[in-house]
Amino acid sequence: MRSALVRSRKLGSVAEAVGNTPLVRLHHVGRDAPSVEIYAKLEFCNPGGSVKDRAALRMMTEAFKSGQLTSDKILIDSTSGNTGVAYSIFGAALGVRVQLVMPSNVSKPRKDIAAAFGTEILFSDPMEGSDGAIRRVREIVAADPDRYFYPDQYSNPNNPLAHYHGTGKEILDAVGDRITHFVAGLGTSGTIMGTSRRLHEHTHPIRCIAVEPTEALHGLEGLKHLPSSLVPAIHDARAYDETFRVSTEDGWDMADRLAQDEALHVGHSSGANVFAALEIAKRLHAEGRGGCVVTILCDRGDRYFLPMKWEKRYTW
Amino acid sequence: MEASSTVRIPTPLRTLTAGNDEVKAAGATVAAVIDDLEKNYPGIKDRLLDEKGVRRFVNIYVGEEDIRFLEGLKTELKGGEQITIVPAIAGGC
Repeated sequence: MRSALVRSRKLGSVAEAVGNTPLVRLHHVGRDAPSVEIYAKLEFCNPGGSVKDRAALRMMTEAFKSGQLTSDKILIDSTSGNTGVAYSIFGAALGVRVQLVMPSNVSKPRKDIAAAFGTEILFSDPMEGSDGAIRRVREIVAADPDRYFYPDQYSNPNNPLAHYHGTGKEILDAVGDRITHFVAGLGTSGTIMGTSRRLHEHTHPIRCIAVEPTEALHGLEGLKHLPSSLVPAIHDARAYDETFRVSTEDGWDMADRLAQDEALHVGHSSGANVFAALEIAKRLHAEGRGGCVVTILCDRGDRYFLPMKWEKRYTW
Repeated sequence: MEASSTVRIPTPLRTLTAGNDEVKAAGATVAAVIDDLEKNYPGIKDRLLDEKGVRRFVNIYVGEEDIRFLEGLKTELKGGEQITIVPAIAGGC
């Protein structure tokens, strides 16, 4: 594999290690749809440990180029965790001070990871979810706009563009004309937007499917239930072909199964992605069409480990 | 007069409570309070519970304590407690 050669090269900075993630065939999970190939892109192989490295790095480097971000400014954004880890690692790499606003019920490992890079964390009301964190950042920036660079991953075109130039191209490099379907969870919608746009430019048709939770109150961290949320400015439903809804329980169970059957210990949004990919693969198999379904494993499961039971007075 | 508690409702469930972020509910246990909520706000029970009890991604607190570390749905209420439903989380991918 060429990507293996690329990953072994010497790098000048950890930021250069973003992208060119491996694509792995899910042989065991895929047994339920034997005529269809299912592949997962291991986005946890990015240096910050998640798919969000791509968007964060591109938003930061493009802002440096345009002068919106300088070493005198503070980068501030709302995040449920992974984007925050990505800002934190590249903030440390590029010499940028970072402040993050997150709901206080974000899992502790991610708060700790962001803090390890020197990031300052401000908490918003857990009852208000990610929308509450967004509103809080807007208030802070509005009070002193010159002091901050607010990348705003929900509105920044460089979020989907990171996937247009990266994820989408890499998938085509790896599987070429074989790919028939692409499946990705919708949170900021950056991954599904950018990757779908790139795949839709390919010479043969590729059906792109967004994954959303079935319910407004859900436990698929990283995913958004659009009907009950602030719709991200970068979102455009015309960029993809279908929405597939997954329940929290199905996403969680698939995440467990991936660890045991495929040796891939991933987070719940990845479980939801693979659950949807498998259901689509089963549909194709039943119709006798065959196919090749590619999906995204956003991050590792260890970001979500709960505290031990005796640490019962935890704050998430 | 049955014990009455205040229940804080997270944003995703406020479509069921006519937008209210806090509602009153009666019951001597958390289970009874949820049954009372269901009477006034049909559909809310299924969002919180499944056949095994509290759904895995839903956290219910009485005061500052997660009911998983109390007596679960059988946790007794004297009245006047604040019950908080805390979602696991939402975010962006």
